[in-house]
Amino acid sequence: MNRLVVLVAALVVAVGLAAPAPARAQAREVVIGVLYPLSGNAAQVGLDSVNAVKLAVEIVNGNYDLNVPLARGEGLPGLGGARIRVIVVDHQGKPDVGQGEAERLITQEKVHALFGAYFSSVTGTASQVAERHGIPYVNAESSSPALTERGFKWFFRTSPHDGHFSQVMFDFMRDLEKRRGVKFKTVGIMHEATQFGSDSAKVQEELARKYGYEVAVKIAYRDKATNLDAEVGRLKAANPDVLLPSSYTNDAILFVRTAKNLDYNPRLLIAQDAGWTDPTFLRETGKDAEGHITRAPFALDMAAKKPLIRQVNEMFKKMGGRDLSDVPARAFTGFLTLADAINRAKSTNPEEIRKALVATNIPADQLIMPWTAVKFDDKGQNAGVRAILQQAQKGQYVTIYPFELAAADVMYPMPTWKERR
Amino acid sequence: MTAEVLLQGLVGGLLMGLVYALIAAGLSLIFGLMEIVNFAHGEFLMVAMFSTFWAWAVVGLDPLAALPLTAAILFLLGIATYHGLIRWILGGPMLAQIFATFGLAVFLRSGAQALWGVDFRLVKDPLVQGRLELAGLFVGLPQLVASAGALAAFAALYWFITRTETGLALQATAQDRQAAALMGIDTQRMFALGWGIGAACVGVAGALLGMFFYVFPDVGSTFALLAYVAVALGGFGNVPATLLGGVVVGVVEVMGGLLISPTLKAVVVFAMYLAVVLWRPQGLFGRF
Repeated sequence: MNRLVVLVAALVVAVGLAAPAPARAQAREVVIGVLYPLSGNAAQVGLDSVNAVKLAVEIVNGNYDLNVPLARGEGLPGLGGARIRVIVVDHQGKPDVGQGEAERLITQEKVHALFGAYFSSVTGTASQVAERHGIPYVNAESSSPALTERGFKWFFRTSPHDGHFSQVMFDFMRDLEKRRGVKFKTVGIMHEATQFGSDSAKVQEELARKYGYEVAVKIAYRDKATNLDAEVGRLKAANPDVLLPSSYTNDAILFVRTAKNLDYNPRLLIAQDAGWTDPTFLRETGKDAEGHITRAPFALDMAAKKPLIRQVNEMFKKMGGRDLSDVPARAFTGFLTLADAINRAKSTNPEEIRKALVATNIPADQLIMPWTAVKFDDKGQNAGVRAILQQAQKGQYVTIYPFELAAADVMYPMPTWKERR
Repeated sequence: MTAEVLLQGLVGGLLMGLVYALIAAGLSLIFGLMEIVNFAHGEFLMVAMFSTFWAWAVVGLDPLAALPLTAAILFLLGIATYHGLIRWILGGPMLAQIFATFGLAVFLRSGAQALWGVDFRLVKDPLVQGRLELAGLFVGLPQLVASAGALAAFAALYWFITRTETGLALQATAQDRQAAALMGIDTQRMFALGWGIGAACVGVAGALLGMFFYVFPDVGSTFALLAYVAVALGGFGNVPATLLGGVVVGVVEVMGGLLISPTLKAVVVFAMYLAVVLWRPQGLFGRF
């Protein structure tokens, strides 16, 4: 009897597995699930990113004279002019919520692909769901290197990760040593304690060893901290030659305020994007952040050399009133990459979209990012990425590295708090 | 770790702890009066910080100048909360009381997000800014003024509840509401007053924090958690003891970060909380 039950159950499962995939081909409409934090600490970044996605959708669905994929002509020509519809959900910065929402988007809303989710931790859980269901997941901004090291088949990342980013920081330190005839011996690492900060710190620690710098101090903290006195006190005591912070927006602001209060004067500060590139950060810290360097995959000051950046920025500004900054610029690029793949797939069948993503090759002149291309390696990581460094000078970020792309010279050392007044 | 860094940490923790204490005092007052934990306390703080910010952004009023206004707004918010919500659930089951203030918290937070967006905002160039340097120690002036203000507000609160007739009536209601009612005290009025004053405490704290801390819809939750610890340490319902509780939380937070590890500073604070709750469930100086 028992055996019979097992047999029947096995048969049911087998039939279930063998059943043809739901007919998702040739839809009039392509539905994409978009996950971002729309409440909580990172909500502003999430809103900016959603605006960037909406702009990309508008450009695909409408007819625009812009040199980006799918701008000219309405809809997706590969699918008979099908239009893209996005379903935006709020994951609140919580990995479990992201996981649940991804599940719901796939099973209830029947989305053809997933996109998002800023926080590396949330991207991690949400993309696991997509992997299990065999639905393509494109990520445009999560920078934890581990995400593309999981051997996933359905996960693609257009953005550089913290390995690339941190590499450029250390190259810069070495080049600056040569240029200015200085010698850095020690680095200090300060990071928020979720996956983004922790993975970033791990990579930086490995690179420091490789480049021969001593990690004088390494500090993890909660991004929701009300008080960073202890953290800054430790940094001040260790006083490393170079400070490498990885922070979100609110903690970055709190750090600058605390450093000012406690008279902590790093000579060189190279931040890991995120909080430092949120326009809110410079707006609220103003001249207190003068001299701060951050890695940034996007540079608005390159608009002078590339009119496309200015055109897209003007359209973006109409949506939320804010300038295009790093994270939304990457979201815009990532979303167009996904749309481009679906168009070439000529189908909404997940496997066809996946194959098209693998074959992606968007040239540099169609990108608002300073990259050489969007082209995925066998791990699903964009191999055409290039990271740049920017420094806050006179209240604005200007590109300072690589030196051949630089719009201004490096300000080193950073002014001390006494010199700032 | 040099002595200088430790001393610096001690001073910083002490200053911040006084502000935590004032936030906790409001919580403790309400709890002592009617045994209701106000889960919307952090959101009250958020409302206070936003009203401080808007007073500055719209009218150009400095956070310190706007302090009486902020305290008054929060006082009214407290009274309105009592009459609009708490009064109706007083006889209800425990769970209803918990969820009522929790729901209020979610309502206020989402309301702030809908009205003012999710961005971080800071008051720029407040009247009090900069820092003092004393023998190698740095003290932020806004922090110093904030802690002095918190201490003053605390003293005023203490004077009010122990030296005025209304304050004594408040205490009598807290001790035994039936007996107080028999003595001719209008307990409904006392409850409303307690909510008003409890909220006004956060109003003052919010205005003081507004001088140097950013505000956004979720800002309350970070402070509220620490305030709960401060209340538990001092003792549920014992308002003066929350002063000690707040300062201990502030100092332990920084010293734990300096001496053990910044990653573990929340662990240290909450381990202390658990230890106290296990050892003395009523808090160090609790009267229950």
